[in-house]
Amino acid sequence: MDELLQHLVNALILGSTYALLGIGLTLIFGIMRVVNFTHGELYALGAYAVFFLEVSLGVNFFLALVLAVIVGCAVGAAIEFVLLRPLLDADIDTTMLVMIGAWIVMQNTELLYWGGVSKAVMTPFPDEPLQIGPVFVSWLRLFVLVVALILIGATYALINRTKLGKAMRATFQDRDTAALMGVNIKGIYTATFAIGSGLAAAAGALLGPVFLVTPSMGDLASLKAFAIVILGGLGNITGATLGGFILAFVEEIGAGYISSGYRDAMGFLIIIIVLLFKPTGLFARAERIG
Amino acid sequence: MKRVVPLLWLLVIATVPLWLRDQYFLHVTITTAIFIIAAMSLNLLLGYTGQLSLGHVAFFGIGAYASALTTLGFNVELPGNFTVVHTPWPAVVGFFMGVMVAGLSGYAIGKLSFKVRGAYFVIVTISFAEVTRLVALNWVELTQGPLALTNIPPYTLWIPGIGEYEFWNKTAYYYLVAVVGLLAYVIIKRLVNSRIGRAMVALKENESLAGSVGIDVTRYLVLAAVVSAAMAGAAGSLYAHYVKIIDPDIFLFIYTVTMVIMVITGGKGTLAGPIVGGVIFGFMPVIVRSFAAPAVQWILYGALMIAIVFVLPQGIVPAIERWAANWRRPRAAGDAVVLAGQKVREE
Repeated sequence: MDELLQHLVNALILGSTYALLGIGLTLIFGIMRVVNFTHGELYALGAYAVFFLEVSLGVNFFLALVLAVIVGCAVGAAIEFVLLRPLLDADIDTTMLVMIGAWIVMQNTELLYWGGVSKAVMTPFPDEPLQIGPVFVSWLRLFVLVVALILIGATYALINRTKLGKAMRATFQDRDTAALMGVNIKGIYTATFAIGSGLAAAAGALLGPVFLVTPSMGDLASLKAFAIVILGGLGNITGATLGGFILAFVEEIGAGYISSGYRDAMGFLIIIIVLLFKPTGLFARAERIG
Repeated sequence: MKRVVPLLWLLVIATVPLWLRDQYFLHVTITTAIFIIAAMSLNLLLGYTGQLSLGHVAFFGIGAYASALTTLGFNVELPGNFTVVHTPWPAVVGFFMGVMVAGLSGYAIGKLSFKVRGAYFVIVTISFAEVTRLVALNWVELTQGPLALTNIPPYTLWIPGIGEYEFWNKTAYYYLVAVVGLLAYVIIKRLVNSRIGRAMVALKENESLAGSVGIDVTRYLVLAAVVSAAMAGAAGSLYAHYVKIIDPDIFLFIYTVTMVIMVITGGKGTLAGPIVGGVIFGFMPVIVRSFAAPAVQWILYGALMIAIVFVLPQGIVPAIERWAANWRRPRAAGDAVVLAGQKVREE
């Protein structure tokens, strides 16, 4: 029982970062109809940015986190501006190929610059874990959970409470009508990609110190983000949030009770099962799927 | 002329080991040819049915593992106290097992994934490849996991007059790969020029229209997936018995990407496309390696992929065809005809 409780707490923390990843990807897909293969690389970039700022430049850990998210937003905006804007009306396969190309370039640039050896990020948190009843949680992971939840809440507020969010939702529902109503579609696209990328970078910046930072960390992150988004239905933000937590629970429980070697396979099995029985995702509303 | 050109190409392919004396280059030629077979098989799905399948390496890897395991033998305990013991079979049987197992998984995955289209389809195919990689990595009893399957024996053929012949040396292996490659080429050529091929192109152009005129869309898609997977399995088997060692890294996504780059650079939906793209990207690493790190090579690949989409979205072969058509046709015959032809192509 205690063991199960521990797994649940671990899953909650992991799920919060998965949700960040998933929301970023689903926003970009829902609004722009682009399957963003660079998502995992922006995640890796977030982690590398924290490493670079903190370890190489000696910037304070918390400031490094903030800067990493800003770097993620900026790089995302640049990718959108350079690669996607000229392909505004291209079909989904074309943009997918371009994004795969960008992903390869980004990953190998990281490999070239930082090398293949894993990097560890130091944190100001104490090493000894916090004990709550029978459950042990490290201070760092608790911090990750809190920040991730704040960011999820902020994204919701942004989408539902601000003018930018309103324009994004309008574009999401009907691009052409939104444009007729005076929404600057190109600006919305850049903003969407920047926000989505920032969320991915935030997830990377938060998880980088928990695990290790390696150039290939983005691959699995991309694939997991796809799994989360499929679970929730492409373009569905609440679905992606729940999908992130579900994937984390399945992984934790699967790794704990079935086989830890297949931990990363759980997500893909979920994808295959979901698509078999409910191809539009678990939480899809029909009109939101294109 | 129509007859002479293919014969010339055959002559070039047949004489490669005679003028390419360098063993390293012959090695690169062999691996390139193996990848071209895989790219040709991917082209059937990507180019002719228009489905962006990004899990193609799974079939290549499944073919390689099935072939190697048939040849090496295995001893696996299944849940419920079942023990499956397989004693080694000849490598040639392994080849056919590789083709068969890959084809069967193509059928299963086709049935499963063609329920969805577009982005969903792409993600399902990637997931499938990733699951096969994780199984190869974790089912240590069967696959040796990261320790890899080693000492995979070469193919042996009984040839009249010579007797038992082992495909050890590179020249012999080159001819073997060339024969399989030509066979794959002929199969694809006949398939796409048949009723089935026209149905595939029809459903690529407009799926609901194709369905409305009585084309069983899913059936043709699954058929394409099976042929394509079986061919990729053949390439995988050729690869396994050539390099003699395979590990779960054979399933890495980057190999699918390599195949995709070959197909789209050469020209998807053309017979020569994967070959042209395959030759370019097969030999490019040799040149790039001489002056740059592997990471730089991949950066170049990625940049080229982006450039191709922007500059030559149809690929090299259709661009050359268009240029040749313009050049051959006299201007006096009327520019209108040329323009009309171009317009159709561009659409």
